[in-house]
Amino acid sequence: MSEKNNSVPEETKEPTALVDLDLDEMIRSKSEEKVSVASNWKLVWWRFRKNKLAVLSLILLFFVLLIIMFPDFFANQKSEETNARQAFVPIQKLHFFRDGKPDLWADKMVGKRNPKTLAMEWVIDEEGYTDLKFLGKSFKWKFLFWETNVHLITSANPGERVFLLGSDRMGRDQYSRLMYATRTSLTVGLVSVLLSVFLGVVLGGISGYFGGAVDMVIQRLIEILNSIPYVPIWMAMAAALPREWSAEQRFFAITVILSLLGWTTLGREVRGKFMSIREEDFVLAAELIGCSKARIIMKHMVPTFLSHIIATGTLSIPAMIVNETSLSFLGLGLRPPAISYGVMLQEAQNVQTMANASWLMIPGLVLVIAVLMFNLIGDGLRDAADPYSK
Amino acid sequence: MDKKPVLSVRDLKAYFSLDEGIVKSVDGVSFDAWKGQVVGVVGESGCGKSVTMKSVLRILEKPGKIVGGEILLQKEDNPNEYIDLVKLPENGPEIRDIRGGRIALIPQEPMAAFSPVHTIGDQITEAIRLHRPVSKREAYKICIDTLHAVGMSMPEKRFNSYSWQLSGGLRQRAIIAMAIVSNPSILIADEPTTAIDVTTQAQILKLLKKLQQERDMTILFITHDLGVIAQMTQYVVVMYLGRVMEKGPVDDIFHNPKHPYTRALLDSIPSAQKTTKVKLPTIAGSIPHPFNKPSGCPFHPRCTKMIPNVCNIDPPAETVVGEDHVAYCFLYQNTKEVKDAA
Amino acid sequence: MASYIAKRILVIPFLLFVFSILIFVLIQAPPGDFMTTYSAILAGSGSSLDAEQLDAMRVSYGLDQPLHIQYVRWIEKLLRGDMGLSLLYMLPNKQLIAERLGPTVALALFSFILSWLIAIPSGIYSATHKNSFGDYFFMVLNYIGVAIPNFFLALLLMWFFYVKFGWNLVGLFSPEFEAAPWSWAKFLDMLKHLWLPGIILALGGSARLTRVMRANLLDEMGKPYMVTGRAKGMSEWSLVMKYPVRLAINPLVSTIGNYIPQLFSGSLIVASVMNLQNIGPLLLQALSMQDMYLSGSILLVYCLLAILGTILSDLLLAWVDPRIRLE
Repeated sequence: MSEKNNSVPEETKEPTALVDLDLDEMIRSKSEEKVSVASNWKLVWWRFRKNKLAVLSLILLFFVLLIIMFPDFFANQKSEETNARQAFVPIQKLHFFRDGKPDLWADKMVGKRNPKTLAMEWVIDEEGYTDLKFLGKSFKWKFLFWETNVHLITSANPGERVFLLGSDRMGRDQYSRLMYATRTSLTVGLVSVLLSVFLGVVLGGISGYFGGAVDMVIQRLIEILNSIPYVPIWMAMAAALPREWSAEQRFFAITVILSLLGWTTLGREVRGKFMSIREEDFVLAAELIGCSKARIIMKHMVPTFLSHIIATGTLSIPAMIVNETSLSFLGLGLRPPAISYGVMLQEAQNVQTMANASWLMIPGLVLVIAVLMFNLIGDGLRDAADPYSK
Repeated sequence: MDKKPVLSVRDLKAYFSLDEGIVKSVDGVSFDAWKGQVVGVVGESGCGKSVTMKSVLRILEKPGKIVGGEILLQKEDNPNEYIDLVKLPENGPEIRDIRGGRIALIPQEPMAAFSPVHTIGDQITEAIRLHRPVSKREAYKICIDTLHAVGMSMPEKRFNSYSWQLSGGLRQRAIIAMAIVSNPSILIADEPTTAIDVTTQAQILKLLKKLQQERDMTILFITHDLGVIAQMTQYVVVMYLGRVMEKGPVDDIFHNPKHPYTRALLDSIPSAQKTTKVKLPTIAGSIPHPFNKPSGCPFHPRCTKMIPNVCNIDPPAETVVGEDHVAYCFLYQNTKEVKDAA
Repeated sequence: MASYIAKRILVIPFLLFVFSILIFVLIQAPPGDFMTTYSAILAGSGSSLDAEQLDAMRVSYGLDQPLHIQYVRWIEKLLRGDMGLSLLYMLPNKQLIAERLGPTVALALFSFILSWLIAIPSGIYSATHKNSFGDYFFMVLNYIGVAIPNFFLALLLMWFFYVKFGWNLVGLFSPEFEAAPWSWAKFLDMLKHLWLPGIILALGGSARLTRVMRANLLDEMGKPYMVTGRAKGMSEWSLVMKYPVRLAINPLVSTIGNYIPQLFSGSLIVASVMNLQNIGPLLLQALSMQDMYLSGSILLVYCLLAILGTILSDLLLAWVDPRIRLE
């Protein structure tokens, strides 16, 4: 501030000058101009990137999306590959160095039968090791149109199975199954949120824009839906699904069921926004220059709170994922052979099993991380989308 | 008039430290207020008049902080002694006794100044019982009497009303009642009439004047309305960007203004008598951004009488330009020459 | 005020009517009926019924009638207070539900109170100590609390207590009380088993409530009445407790309406995981066995409880907020 006087030539400081043209002022207005011409999305992004946790979660989401698109690449065994003799193998820890040199390997497990209980007991073989390969080969899968058998990490010996996150009751590899579960569970969450956002925006928009009797009916509907305890109704709906339906049909039906009751929060919010924006001058201005109703809604009103909708949508993804998981865990949602977090957690249903094979709870931890990720992104977006925040 | 002022603010500095830098909201403000006097503090928004008043009450919100100066309050039992309010701990019992007890505030928005879920009576009796050891019943009586005194009809009924059930004028009266209920010697009125319509405004001003005379209170009247200043006050402090530009008796300020800023302010009042077709004069330029406060006299970039290499270097010192009349302007530093120029 | 209450109460029958139709459609939707499931079970255990016997049973239970007749008969019975017979247990549904209603409501109530007892103080602390270590601590805790699904928290805690202390915290009663009639001792025994599911349910809810409380309180603490209060000479603590806290709780009260149905939803899942004999697991069983009138009755009871909760929250809101009461 103090350099100002040195940097400004005296001539411009004439007492009669109407507008003060000093350099600082100009620099400042330049930066202000940058802010004032930036699109709303740019502003949202500038505010969003200040939130480190949200940015971190966004990066994580990018990798999760890769898993959702190509789970086969990340897995190294077929999801249904079983072997009764390899049941409840503990986690084979991953190592990146051996004898000071970079090398990819995992603990080797040896199974011994307990002579008394006849149960299999697994211990780490301190001498041996399971050699792993980065981008090694395993089962065939289709990358878009090309068939390949390359996977992220595989065992170096063809045919040898490695359980990076342990194995379950039937000797299936948890790590590989978790990749497929991530795809299923998160897809259910994302798709059902998309559906409920669609329902919420359309019904909330109609309710808020037109008001009157339509509004009354939709408001009552929201009220009724809000006073229902969701889970029992979801359970009843899920139980009503025909048993002979295929996994895909069930998947689709569960998604629809979740979104049918999930749109009300968003609907209410969109209605509120429409109600308040409807009275704004710019809407009146658009009406006066003869814009059609559809144009006013889509071009003038929706963009003002689109970022808000996206934030609210993101924040409701976790609830959908958790609901699917809960339903599947209780046996009413997705059923094997479909794999979701809930289906996997069914393996951990009693305390004794959990105590003996605590790694069976890993899908739950992954679920918590996924939920945290969406919550952090959603919070970041909501704060960034609020035009009144600093 | 007493020889000693009841309140004396000396070289007060209150700064806000924000991420972007330090905002010097109040930067060396001094003025005195005598017993029974109405002091007007006038200035555009952002000139630091509200921050000054909050500093006097020591209720400046974070990140605001008093960084220098003194706020001297005359002791009630001994007029020769003063307490420096700046030195008191911010939320200690001494300053809390003074707040509401000796110095009371009439806040800006009467609607938002009351809690909407507590009755008017509850909030007023609370103010009574904070400063006087009275029972609930006695507090009720004092409250009803005070509501009467501020001209509220049916005070018993209003006692149980909520602020949002009252009209703007009644709400303002309730706020005034709450401020005077502990018989303060100084009343700070922070733009008390901006939120209400003109007729009610006149009534409220009349009421304030009446209460001030009855109780011999000192009022610090903050406003940007020069008309109200002329009507209400005896002494005027003109502020601009955290500094005092000029202060003096109300007649001198209006009829013999010295500082170019005061003159510019007075020139920009529309007049009912002069119906010429001349454009109403305005002050050129706009108030600088708070982070970009000009050096020297803060008004120099917009001043028509700016002296190059003088006004933009150091802030002007206090210069006596008349009886009790002071200006902070380089034009009057050499008093003799200036008299001809003016 | 009276008309406000009346309006709320008059809606109950209408809502129940709407729900009863919805529920009837749902319980009717699965292909087949209890007889199909029943014969499948019998076939599984070796014995079997022939088609004639099944049809005879259908007739005696009214399962052969057209849907709307079945619905009218169901409603008619319900209005007389008869919830029908559970085909699964061969006991009146009313008795089955009544036995388990107490624990259901007790669990919901317990976790409701607990979540408020946790949420309000921690919300006040976080808001008044914004950006302090404690604030961040609660923030992290709340993020995790929101992210952990009830059933997974139940699994984790059950595992923890089993591995650490050898406790097997399933069931609602100790074995000696399981079949015993209700008594003071049985009630105390239930409380002993209720604390863990209560905490599990409360934690998720209190995490959400704390965040709302903190945000509301921060909002309220910026309001002009705070300046008024300070200028009156109030101490900061009593000022915060009297005005902004009081105002910040109002919106929280209005969330009770949505929170109570959520609590019942959550309690259903936790009860199933922890094998608590409340109406949750009973519903699960009835649904999977297609014991349609039992599941229908339970669903209706859930809806009724949720509606009552919503109305209770509306009344509570009117009680705490004069702006609603006096409108």
